[in-house]
Amino acid sequence: MAAQSIMDSLFQHTLSDMIKSLRHHPIGESKLISKSLDEIRREIKSTDPSTKSTALEKLTYLSSIHAASDMSFASFPIVELLSSPKFPLKKTAYLAASHSFHSSTDVLLLITNQLRKDLASANEHEVCLALNLLSVIGTPDLLRDLTPDLVSLLSTNKLLVRKKAIALTFRVFENCPDSVRLLFRRLVENLESSDQGVVSATVGVFAELVGRDARSYLALAPEFYRVLVDCKNNWVLIKVLKIFAKLAPLEARLGRRIVEPICEHMRRSGAKSVVFECVRTVVSCLSDYESAVRLAVDKIREFMGESDPNLKYLGLQALSVLAGKHLWAVGENKEAVIKALSDADPNIKREALRLVMMMVSESNVADICRILVNYALKSDPDFCNGILRAILVTCCRNDYEVVEDFDWYVSLLGEMSRNPQCREGEEIERQLVDISLRVKEARPELVRVARELLIDPALLGNPFVHRILSAVAWVSGEYVEFSRNPIEIIEALLQPRANLLPPLIRAVYIQSAFKVLVFCVHSFFFPRETVRSFSLDNLASRVSGLLSEKEDPESLNLAIRDTSTDFEMDKDFDLRFHSRTAEEIAMENVGDDAYADGQSSSSVVLQNPLFTHDCVLNLLNLVKVALGPLSGSDEVEVQERAQNVLGLVGLIQQEISEISLVEMEGTVREKKSKASTIIQIMQDVFSEELVPVAMTVQERVLAPEGLVLSENLAELDAICGDIIPPESSSFYLGGNLFGDKNSVSTSNQRNEEESEEPSSESTSLLAQHRKQHGLYYLPSEKVDAGSSDYPPANDPQSTDNLIDGAQDLMMLTEQSLVTKKKPNHSKPRPVVVKLNEVGEMPVLPVKPMQELKDNSLSGAIRDVLLGNDTKPSSSQRKSSEKSSRRRMVTDLPLDSVGPSKSIENVAIASLDPASSSSRRSKHRSHGKGGHRSPEKNVGSEKEDGKKEKKKSHRHGRSKTRHRAETTLNVPAESPVIPDFLL
Amino acid sequence: MIRAVMVMNTQGKPRLAKFYQYLPPETQQDLIRRVFAVLSSRPDNVSDFVEADSIFGPDSRLVYKHYATLYFIFVFDSSENELAMLDLIQVFVETLDKCFKNVCELDIIFSFTKIHTVLDEIIFGGQVLETSSSEVMKAVEEIARLEKASNAISLVPKSVSSWQTR
Repeated sequence: MAAQSIMDSLFQHTLSDMIKSLRHHPIGESKLISKSLDEIRREIKSTDPSTKSTALEKLTYLSSIHAASDMSFASFPIVELLSSPKFPLKKTAYLAASHSFHSSTDVLLLITNQLRKDLASANEHEVCLALNLLSVIGTPDLLRDLTPDLVSLLSTNKLLVRKKAIALTFRVFENCPDSVRLLFRRLVENLESSDQGVVSATVGVFAELVGRDARSYLALAPEFYRVLVDCKNNWVLIKVLKIFAKLAPLEARLGRRIVEPICEHMRRSGAKSVVFECVRTVVSCLSDYESAVRLAVDKIREFMGESDPNLKYLGLQALSVLAGKHLWAVGENKEAVIKALSDADPNIKREALRLVMMMVSESNVADICRILVNYALKSDPDFCNGILRAILVTCCRNDYEVVEDFDWYVSLLGEMSRNPQCREGEEIERQLVDISLRVKEARPELVRVARELLIDPALLGNPFVHRILSAVAWVSGEYVEFSRNPIEIIEALLQPRANLLPPLIRAVYIQSAFKVLVFCVHSFFFPRETVRSFSLDNLASRVSGLLSEKEDPESLNLAIRDTSTDFEMDKDFDLRFHSRTAEEIAMENVGDDAYADGQSSSSVVLQNPLFTHDCVLNLLNLVKVALGPLSGSDEVEVQERAQNVLGLVGLIQQEISEISLVEMEGTVREKKSKASTIIQIMQDVFSEELVPVAMTVQERVLAPEGLVLSENLAELDAICGDIIPPESSSFYLGGNLFGDKNSVSTSNQRNEEESEEPSSESTSLLAQHRKQHGLYYLPSEKVDAGSSDYPPANDPQSTDNLIDGAQDLMMLTEQSLVTKKKPNHSKPRPVVVKLNEVGEMPVLPVKPMQELKDNSLSGAIRDVLLGNDTKPSSSQRKSSEKSSRRRMVTDLPLDSVGPSKSIENVAIASLDPASSSSRRSKHRSHGKGGHRSPEKNVGSEKEDGKKEKKKSHRHGRSKTRHRAETTLNVPAESPVIPDFLL
Repeated sequence: MIRAVMVMNTQGKPRLAKFYQYLPPETQQDLIRRVFAVLSSRPDNVSDFVEADSIFGPDSRLVYKHYATLYFIFVFDSSENELAMLDLIQVFVETLDKCFKNVCELDIIFSFTKIHTVLDEIIFGGQVLETSSSEVMKAVEEIARLEKASNAISLVPKSVSSWQTR
């Protein structure tokens, strides 16, 4: 063993040897590292301290750079080396300790004494090592034990040590609030040091402390103010500005006081960092001071004009902070903002996008979105999705507040889905379903957009679009009555490429196909009603002008009710059918069609052959062929739904094929067949309208009597323990109805400009695809034609679009800024169904654990600031002062921060140039004053009753009381500092 | 408060990693890898700020500077000024430059402890303590002198070992 040790120390590899060999063998690095670790494990046990130290050095290196090893096995050797009298060994040990020790390292208990020794060392660098270690691993225990040793270091002549000791106080205060009593006063004294480094360190500590709990330090504002005015050091200025940014919102008069010096710095300073900090302070907490904001905006413009991307970025950031209150500032700089949209830097682009979205209003949303969507097509995937996300978020804010024209928005969603880089499928899906449920008037357009997406087989290959496809499939199924050609929809839903979809979405497809099928067969059996409701709906959506405002919603409702209730009214209808001849019906059909779709000849063509006997039979066959293989699918959802549809087909197919052509044309329909009854029932089920439901509704349903919710169901578990319940398929209702407010949905007058869509287009294409490739062919050219309003991605002309776009944007944003009021729209906005948030209690913010600690810290600091600690020096005190102070305290209306008043008042006095010399003594005396206040309160309790009582409680400093107060979140206290700084 | 200082080369190999709150070595390496993934995807001549919330949690910012083959990275929270941090990187690099006379990556690789000494003089427990590179140099030289003085006594095994590796 001894020999081994000597060999080790003689032939030990040093750190640089090890690094060298690691560099020479880049391939077998891990092997080499583990070999070195073995060596280290041996060497670290050596009795020779320098061998041990070298081993430790190597271990630290490996752990820090290569994450090679847990260093816990070296804990004890570290402790041994910490006590080495040799500086280099000690230093190595300290480095290793600061790298590897943490609050749960057990050897921490052993180093307290060593640290104390080093803190008292004559060698300032040894003291620094100890301080440094404490700044990293200082646990409450350790720091509490060592606080007395720190006190003298806070005023030592060795500036290096003093600075580090000051910086350490932050950690001390954080971890053991009790130490505040000992350290705080000395810390404050360092603010007045002549050495810039010391002031800088002190201000740095306060900046951190204020960040945790600003209110406790309000009393020190005069000191900080002096630093702000006098200091020439940029680092200190920045920190002081940070402090004031936190303090100013708490005390209105403080803002008035500091705004001038800050503007002065903004004008004078040559350092961009200081200027920017001033700008940030102004925009974030002094935005009420017009002139300061003006100046800040000027500076921001300068920043954005710089070639340095850093300044540009920060300028944009400051602007977006300001945008909340001063939108005009964004408007003034919009050229720069819009230019930044095409910057090379993704950060800058993102900020610019955020600003552009802030300028969106009802009047310009359509145009801005159009330009941005086109711009997205040319952007890199990240930014493209950033744009899409921004549009989606902006448009759906507050229940689609900015959207006036839902037809436009729905087609925009459709267009966004077609963006090949689109990754926002989930959100688009959510919004499509959401709009379909909430905005009745958008449904026809929604169905049109859904159709376009559904019949495009190319989209099925893009997994990011699948969620959208699931939404459009659902929409097409649910609102099939708005569809021009249900058969086309069902073909799209059952196309073979749908196999590419994940099972859950496949299931949605099948379910939607189910709905469409029922609709088709139903309208085959009961053409009269269907056609009527069909055309009425169309009518309602198309020529609203022809119907009076009142009539319109009624008829719409009627149409829907018709379908849902006509089972009961069957007889009634039967009678009516009796009285009509086939001719009559046909006549009416034509009449209806002509009336409703005067402009689109296609509808007539489509609707007539739609539900012929052959057609329905073909349809049933198609469903059978397409879903047959799926009835054996492994996926529960898919299999079950396919079975459902096939079951229905099986039930009705036989009967339908038996109906002869003659019968069908004639009056046979009133003969109640089994099939028609089934279809009627199914149709009733599906025509039940889905409405948005608030999240909390479930809670309002009372439990039926006799239901024991807490009944033990363990036995049930035992029975079906091995059966996994299938996932709920009704994710639409659950997932997409985010808790909103439900109000009565009065359906409003519906208006929609005639969509120029596809009369001729769809017919010709339909004919074409049938002719060409049978049922499954779906023309893709349609896609281009459909979105011809917008230039496609690689359109040659789109290159100059960018500039055009920028100019357009500029014009548009101008609009939004100039005309802030809503333009008088010719048509009213459709109603967005909202959910009433009834009985929703605002949730009390959960109090983080941190708070408790902070409170004890702020409590301790208030103690010190108020002088609650009994200092012998503060015992004498003038009687005149006493009386005046008492008056002041009792007169002041505020109880919660009462105690801090006295000190502030005095501190204010000290700001006076004349009285600056007397500040120390005043400090002391006001401390005493605070101390006295409890008695005083007792004295005045009779007069002031409860208010005063509260105060005395506070002075009693019960921790729980303290906490309760903050939890209640006492409303903004009115002036805390009487005559502060004035 | 500064949360971390990192130096890594353009291949993503860490050269210095200092975290001002204890993190296990694996977590440190993971963070370094994620930072590198972000930095390496950024072109030159763009801003030196990176939104780091996704890597370091809320309220964290990251600035970096790219010198020759090295990235210098500072991670900090809202109580620091971004531009000042850029200046601080400059101070750090300047000091290293003075320390090693034209610093290069090799210097940083082989002077592991010295880099830490320099950094500890500039940043203490996450707070900026010294911003003048000449002051830092003074302290660092003083420490080096101290180390040398006590090393002189135990010079023998070291010289033997360096002879042995030659």
